[in-house]
Amino acid sequence: MKLKLPNPGLDDRIPSHEDLERMETEEAGDRPKWDNKAQYLLTCVGFCVGLGNVWRFPYLCQSHGGGAFMIPFLILLVLEGIPLLHLEFAIGQRLRKGSVGVWRAINPYLTGVGIASLLVSFLVGMYYNTIMAWIMWYLFNSFQDPLPWSQCPLNANSTGLVAECARSTTVDYFWYRETLNTSAAIDDAGGLQWWMVLALFAAWTLLYVCCIRGIETSGKAVYITSTLPYLVLTIFLIRGLTLKGSTQGIKYLFTPDVDELMNPQTWLDAGAQVFYSFSVAFGGLISFSSYNSVHNNCEQDAVLISIINGCTSVYSATVIYSIIGFRATQKFDECQGDNILQLINAFDYPENSITIDNYDQVLTNLNQTNPDIIQGLPLKTCDMETLLSQGVEGTGLAFIVFTEAIIKMPVSPLWAVLFFIMLFCLGLSTMFGSIEGVVVPLQDLRVLPQTWPKEVFTGLTCLISFALGLIFTLRSGNYWLALFDNFAGSIPLLVIGFCEMFAVIYIYGIDRFNKDIEFMVGHKPNIFWQATWRVISPLIMIFILIFYFVTQVTKDLTYLVWDEEAANFPVLEARPYPSWIYVIIFILAGIPSLVIPIFALFKFFQRKCCKDKSYKDHPVDTISAKIEMNGKAKF
Amino acid sequence: MIAYADFKIESLAYFSKKMPNHVRWVLQQIKSRIERLNALFRPVMHYNCSAHHEGTNMTEEASNISSDTAAYPWSKNEMFLFRAALAFAMRDYTNGEEFGVSDIHPCDETERVSFWFVVTRPNTTDLVDKGTVEMAIKKSRNRINGAFLLTDQTLEFDGIYPTLAAPVSPATPPWLIVFGVVMGAVSVGIIALLVYPLVQRKLKKNKDADDEDSDEETGVKTAEIGANDGIYNSMFSDDERFTQM
Repeated sequence: MKLKLPNPGLDDRIPSHEDLERMETEEAGDRPKWDNKAQYLLTCVGFCVGLGNVWRFPYLCQSHGGGAFMIPFLILLVLEGIPLLHLEFAIGQRLRKGSVGVWRAINPYLTGVGIASLLVSFLVGMYYNTIMAWIMWYLFNSFQDPLPWSQCPLNANSTGLVAECARSTTVDYFWYRETLNTSAAIDDAGGLQWWMVLALFAAWTLLYVCCIRGIETSGKAVYITSTLPYLVLTIFLIRGLTLKGSTQGIKYLFTPDVDELMNPQTWLDAGAQVFYSFSVAFGGLISFSSYNSVHNNCEQDAVLISIINGCTSVYSATVIYSIIGFRATQKFDECQGDNILQLINAFDYPENSITIDNYDQVLTNLNQTNPDIIQGLPLKTCDMETLLSQGVEGTGLAFIVFTEAIIKMPVSPLWAVLFFIMLFCLGLSTMFGSIEGVVVPLQDLRVLPQTWPKEVFTGLTCLISFALGLIFTLRSGNYWLALFDNFAGSIPLLVIGFCEMFAVIYIYGIDRFNKDIEFMVGHKPNIFWQATWRVISPLIMIFILIFYFVTQVTKDLTYLVWDEEAANFPVLEARPYPSWIYVIIFILAGIPSLVIPIFALFKFFQRKCCKDKSYKDHPVDTISAKIEMNGKAKF
Repeated sequence: MIAYADFKIESLAYFSKKMPNHVRWVLQQIKSRIERLNALFRPVMHYNCSAHHEGTNMTEEASNISSDTAAYPWSKNEMFLFRAALAFAMRDYTNGEEFGVSDIHPCDETERVSFWFVVTRPNTTDLVDKGTVEMAIKKSRNRINGAFLLTDQTLEFDGIYPTLAAPVSPATPPWLIVFGVVMGAVSVGIIALLVYPLVQRKLKKNKDADDEDSDEETGVKTAEIGANDGIYNSMFSDDERFTQM
């Protein structure tokens, strides 16, 4: 399919191959550069590998048939993830601009794609850094023994534990009450929680200090933030495997259920996970790639980073589930222990007469002989399956399930510190990419004076994001964050990703693109890339987009609240959103997506009505401009 | 006249054992009237604390109490220790009444280490009422726990709830300390990163100022320094200094 849309003036907007060679040999000093290849790879790996690998993938894996989930995941990784990644790397390296610059160079009508990337990076960065603030809060609180989430506080007159804590668990209470101080509904805003504001401030200033001069500073930070998580995961794996019950967790994770492959939801979730996990369409990867030398082998990089991302997902799933297996076994033992104790007390049996092994047998005997007494006892049903499948995704995994597992391990504060440092590093390296995806387009758009140093741009971004992010420090902040997570970071990314692919293949031109890659890397991309770029990946993305859109629009929008007065109290209750939320949802999901056509229209009318083309786009080539005067001036 | 009355036992303690490392003592209150005989009627009370139960004998079977730190079998010696500990508690609470081991009467022991007990006043057979026994136990709870290497959760007196120890809360929350350290480091980092290029620029400007001075000096080459270093182009040389007329 050799569809190519007309694109006049493309050659004037982009540097030619000769220009690129020239720029390569003479160091054009004002564009930043990577110190070495390792820095570039670590930054990209850090951007791609994020919190989603740790707390979204294991949940999807376990809930969609365990080992069988690997099949759709790997297939879609190869057909969707790697081509997209290669595309972004190649186009950034070729056009040597950030996201707005690249799309504007391809065609000024496409600048909207860059602006959409900017908006999405900004919105996602805003809520992602709030999660970082929560992680920092837990990290700050891990430097004490006993850990604050291992005990319930006493109530006002010291007669017992606080009711909310006694009815749920200590970790729930610490998360919902002492950390978030959550209200019972999204419209009940509550006030700003000062400790959360401090934590958010800490998160943004720490991010600022790492990103203050772009990749000059963040490039140094990634040596730690990208490698430390792997070290900690290994430590946790070793620790986890020595704990009782860990192998059960791993077995539960990987036990394949092939029937799940028939379920279209599985494929949809796998595709969405691959797409979001690669952090494409944020604009950050294009930026990072543009700092490379022209002849860097972007094809190899794309494959390498995809493999690393996939392997990290599987590895962290193993680690997480070994710890979850341990927690489930502990809770099961405690539950059984309580039941056995009740029986022993009721019937005055000697110690150790009933054990976990003969419990069922004894219970059936007693049920036949003394059924009335058995009925009167509050025996609980202890089920390993339910314990293993308890609420294990997202913030629930990190702040409730995992923290509960940690307090059951010996030397808890150490494990808590390690775990939260790992999460922090994972998130911070992703934030570097987000900031890059906001600051560089902001500079390219020239809305602010060019003479301002980069520190000011980064500082402004961090300051405005912090100010707007204060909404997440309200009592209803958790609900706002879930809203942002569901809508700001989902549909717009799919739209942008699809537009990117379409723009490069059909507006920039696949022929030109092939020649570019041949120039940069040395060989033309093979049939696999051609097939995936032209047909397979765009189709997959359209599919996912349509299905996603349809499922979101048709289902009733509800959110989960923590409400003491709810019927099933410790279990979160689903409530419908108030009607004005739909406006917010439209702003979050609709505006970035609609910027693309709106900006195109705007540019169209601008061209039509004011025919004064911007002369600065077409510099006049003269001989005098090329003469070197005194060896110093060169225009 | 001495009346033999059949008193209901006022205070009974039921000592029971939890699996795997619990020892549970249960106090059972009999709600009915706690009448104290006045001095006039002082019948000899033969109490038989098992009278209220199904008439079982005291069984003292050795059974194991296992705890996290030490596993020891329950035996008559352990029972003796219990009685001694409780006698201590009563003495401590009543400030000197000389309770002895013989004033603590356990009964209705079951296979599970769990039994009732009653306390009588020293040298008499008057029962001590439940409230006093409870207060005495509450006061010396730690000592009793310590004697058996157990805790409030593993040694239970039914009806006496452990007083909850408030969780330790230090003066400054520890998280603020860590927060302060991190913010301090971050501020130092920001200031250093912002100031460093300014300092560098100033140093470079000083160096440039020196370089420019030396440039200007050699800008105009005088004959002494090197005006004649250039290539001599004979085309433009003046063979004759004065034009020929």
